[in-house]
Amino acid sequence: MRTNQAPLLEVKNLRVEFPTRRGTLVAVDDVSFSIAPGEVLGVVGESGAGKSLTGAAIIGLLEPPGRVAGGEIRLEGERIDRLPYEQMRRVRGKKIGAIFQDPLTSLNPLFTIGRQLTETILTHIDLSQTQARDRAIELLMEVGIPAADKRIDHYPHQFSGGMRQRVVIALALAANPKLIVADEPTTALDVSIQAQIIALLKKLCRDHGTAVMLVTHDMGVIAETADRVAVMYAGRIAEIGPVREVVKNPRHPYTVGLMGSIPTIGHDAERLTQIDGSMPRLTAIPRGCAFNPRCPHVAERCRTERPDLIDTGATEAACWRHADIRAAAAAE
Amino acid sequence: MSDILLRVTDLARTFDVSRPWLNRVLEGAPRQLLKAVDGVSFEIPRGQTFSLVGESGCGKSTVARLVVGLYRPSRGSISIDGSDLAAMSREQQQPVRRKLQMIFQDPYASLNPRWRVSSIIAEPILAHRILSDRTAIQKRVDELLRQVGLNPADGSKFPHEFSGGQRQRISIARALASKPEFLVCDEPTSALDVSVQAQILNLMKDLQRELQLTYLFISHNLAVVYHMSDTIGVMYLGRLVEVAPARTLFAAPQHPYSRLLLDTLPDLDMTGRERVPVAGEVPNPINPPTGCAFHPRCPLANDRCKRERPETKPAVTGTLVACHAVEEGRSQEMPAAA
Repeated sequence: MRTNQAPLLEVKNLRVEFPTRRGTLVAVDDVSFSIAPGEVLGVVGESGAGKSLTGAAIIGLLEPPGRVAGGEIRLEGERIDRLPYEQMRRVRGKKIGAIFQDPLTSLNPLFTIGRQLTETILTHIDLSQTQARDRAIELLMEVGIPAADKRIDHYPHQFSGGMRQRVVIALALAANPKLIVADEPTTALDVSIQAQIIALLKKLCRDHGTAVMLVTHDMGVIAETADRVAVMYAGRIAEIGPVREVVKNPRHPYTVGLMGSIPTIGHDAERLTQIDGSMPRLTAIPRGCAFNPRCPHVAERCRTERPDLIDTGATEAACWRHADIRAAAAAE
Repeated sequence: MSDILLRVTDLARTFDVSRPWLNRVLEGAPRQLLKAVDGVSFEIPRGQTFSLVGESGCGKSTVARLVVGLYRPSRGSISIDGSDLAAMSREQQQPVRRKLQMIFQDPYASLNPRWRVSSIIAEPILAHRILSDRTAIQKRVDELLRQVGLNPADGSKFPHEFSGGQRQRISIARALASKPEFLVCDEPTSALDVSVQAQILNLMKDLQRELQLTYLFISHNLAVVYHMSDTIGVMYLGRLVEVAPARTLFAAPQHPYSRLLLDTLPDLDMTGRERVPVAGEVPNPINPPTGCAFHPRCPLANDRCKRERPETKPAVTGTLVACHAVEEGRSQEMPAAA
């Protein structure tokens, strides 16, 4: 729906490598996608698929020795993947906000949340100390913290898990960024709190027109929040498309297996669909399509030649056989 | 042999979380007790799966640990196959305990990293003196490895050589080694990815069918619980608020907490339903609210709920509910439930 607009974030052929003594590991390989202003892009995948590293590369917080070894990342048309540290620090916070999984580690336990908020605001916006404090209180009210004018002087340990994640969201929004990279923002929270945080994130991004890259392993969170979704497998995008198509009508056999393995209420199957085996380690990514050893539809070509993303009509899937599989399914 | 394998009656466990003695004397700090589990009763028929769901701190894992004997109950009784564990000495418990094994949440922390997999799996066999001949033990270990979908050659490896899902298979093999009838599974798949979770859940269902196992299944994941269970108990702050057959609970939840909990389920069918998040958070269990512990978050709460703690009573067919509103027939007034 927003495809005609110039993209806010553009990632092209991104490659993230980890040099090790036994050779270079390619953790993210040839990943390209874009996010339009105000759009929510979900990135799902299992542990080790490279989804968090893609997020970390975008906010420039890859842990050394990991590094961006190829491709480019553009924010509003400008390259941000090779900015010097200080310049990147300005972009981070001002243009890109970040939310991490564990709210306790994203907050400094030694400072009041008010101090952490005003510091972030003052770094990026030209305001006086009192104005910054007022803005901090406003932000806390916006994320739904009761008695914000009193709570602002409390320390992180005085907040519960859900409230802390609200504070982290307030921090991420402090400088009104264009993009928020949220890495598993609800994984550490209880289900009822999860629902609160997702609802809050959705509302705030709608109100502020902020785009979100939502990294998670939880397909349920994606289904409710995202406009588009990218499914990652072994460092590459297996399938990307509008969330409805990917969830209800996946084309890539891995996405099909992934969706089938999620237990759902009302589906009274005795057994869940299972994908045998596990995701390959980075040291042993198979030739051809990385999914071929586990794929029920594997053909000769899949073992030798690596598929790029192919337009399937509704989504783009990196699968040689997507058309045959659909034809076979339709024939049944 | 009765048809009820596990019967838990009025089970309670209180933890003393007071400041140290000296602080209490000098600063007059009060003694503080945390009622982790407070009067829980349920029973599990042989060959069935009973699940406990609830949010962190509701006491579900404490119940699991009480049942396997890792904690001693402060009150109440646990009887397995008709024998009351609390009334028995450690030695008397031994033959009953053999029938009972546990699978833990974290497959990284629950396997000794310095032991080979075959020794890990053989330990219950030796501890319960089921077999003594070395070749017989080896044969049994190989058989167990095959049963959980691993290769007998894997027995000579160490735990770190396996992925999370494979480690959980090793935990299951170890649990099966003493030929138990009853497995207590505390969040067995929460640390795993969804595709691996599907493998483990399928394995557990297959084993249940083959070996007529009975499961007490603990999880916070409602969809997993729905998939695995015959009967479900919903816990809130140390008490069971609703016990119902799985289908009934998901089709027509009675207790306001169950209804709100089900409403938080993500909408994978993409019906566009907006979730109504439960307001507020689980209160501090050291100072639980008076009356019904759920009343501060409950849209149906009235004066009686603030004063009087509801007892568990039969509601619609086969369901037990602890709620004044349900008992009084006020529960239809609830806004926006599933």
